[in-house]
Amino acid sequence: MPRQSRSIRTQAIILSRRDFGEADRLLTLLTPSRGKLRAIAKGARKPNAKLSGHVELFARSDCLLHQGRNLAILTQAELIEPYLGLRDDLQRGAYANYAAELLDRFTADDEEDAGGLFALLDDTLKRIANARDPRLATRFYELALLDVVGFKPELSECVITRMPLLPEAQFFSSDEGGVVSRAGLSLSQSRLLPIELDSLKLLRHLQRNANTYAEVESLRLSADEHGRAERLMLAYIAHLLERRLVSAAFLERLRGG
Amino acid sequence: MPMQSAIPQPVTALVEAFSRLPGVGPKTASRLTYFLLRAPDDYSLGLADALAGLKAQTRFCSNCFNITVDDPCPICSAGGRDATMIAVVEEPLDLMAIERTGIYRGHYHVLHGAISPVNGVGPDDLKIRELLLRVEAADAREVIIATNPGLEGDATAMYLQRELADADVTVTRLARGLPTGGDLEYVDSVTLMRALEGRSDMV
Repeated sequence: MPRQSRSIRTQAIILSRRDFGEADRLLTLLTPSRGKLRAIAKGARKPNAKLSGHVELFARSDCLLHQGRNLAILTQAELIEPYLGLRDDLQRGAYANYAAELLDRFTADDEEDAGGLFALLDDTLKRIANARDPRLATRFYELALLDVVGFKPELSECVITRMPLLPEAQFFSSDEGGVVSRAGLSLSQSRLLPIELDSLKLLRHLQRNANTYAEVESLRLSADEHGRAERLMLAYIAHLLERRLVSAAFLERLRGG
Repeated sequence: MPMQSAIPQPVTALVEAFSRLPGVGPKTASRLTYFLLRAPDDYSLGLADALAGLKAQTRFCSNCFNITVDDPCPICSAGGRDATMIAVVEEPLDLMAIERTGIYRGHYHVLHGAISPVNGVGPDDLKIRELLLRVEAADAREVIIATNPGLEGDATAMYLQRELADADVTVTRLARGLPTGGDLEYVDSVTLMRALEGRSDMV
């Protein structure tokens, strides 16, 4: 294998950033070829810094990185896609926070070949910025992401009896990672959440079309239908990550008040 | 580590304390420590006094949440400042930056951060509730949102705007655009767009 060059030119989406040192920023970037990595943007907090506007949170930029001893150093950047729609709208911005937090929590640093994840996040941020229903785009993203990172929920057959699911309201087990049918109910040891038929159908439809958003974007869901599917997904994800996401709580807050 | 034991414990303790400071790595921490070892006694004692006084003598202003010795802070208690105008900033240092311009004569409110769910900061972690109460109590005319121009600062601004929608107060946001001494060629497209949108008549 050829030695990795110390300098890489790559597109990157800025997943998170925090202040670092006197005027620097520590960025968490998602790149197609190196996965998630951390890089320092020197002087990025000064108003005249060439870099600052080009490495905005949740934007896609063309970056030149130099591999330092520990962290990469960002030497040049040019903003390519700012996903404008999510900057002017609090709710859409909150969905973007959620999408980025999920990706950050479900991935490790420096995984190579993250092209699929990168494309998924890019598409998702575009949809969150522009789509009629960013909440639907977010559900779609969750299922596609869980598939990529290996936590695809079982929505076609009962995780206990292994029989195909009947079209009826049943239960969901976060421990078992899928739906428990009424027949499997007495055999399950785990904590169960009810799953209504409409949520089951919705999530299954999203899961089956994980590569073709065009197939699902015309769906029109009521706030109740959305709420039921969302509660279930958030519970499953909180279980997998063993934490409640601040970004999810913030979304809830925005909807409530 | 055998190397470590050669260094006396008080020295390593200070090196460790320094290296927890923002922007200070282990090398700088050692350099500072050995500088203090060689410096005259009153120098390091003065530093120790200053450090001890920092926490013991300062508090948040109960009105604007700036760092202060006296409560309320000098700005909140100054005569001749307009208490019905409140500039909302993220950090005390942002307040100082606005004060340095010398043209703002209103009051402040320090949030101590910006909404950033991806970094685990939600509205309840900031002094937002305090601001809403204050706007009502002070009968404020104008709230100037002076959070940083960026996704987190903008989200905070939009959230405040939403929360203040029912209050009888004008909500404004600092203008954004091109920095003095900057170069158009290097400006990102979002900033340039905002600058175009916010262009003004030449007078």
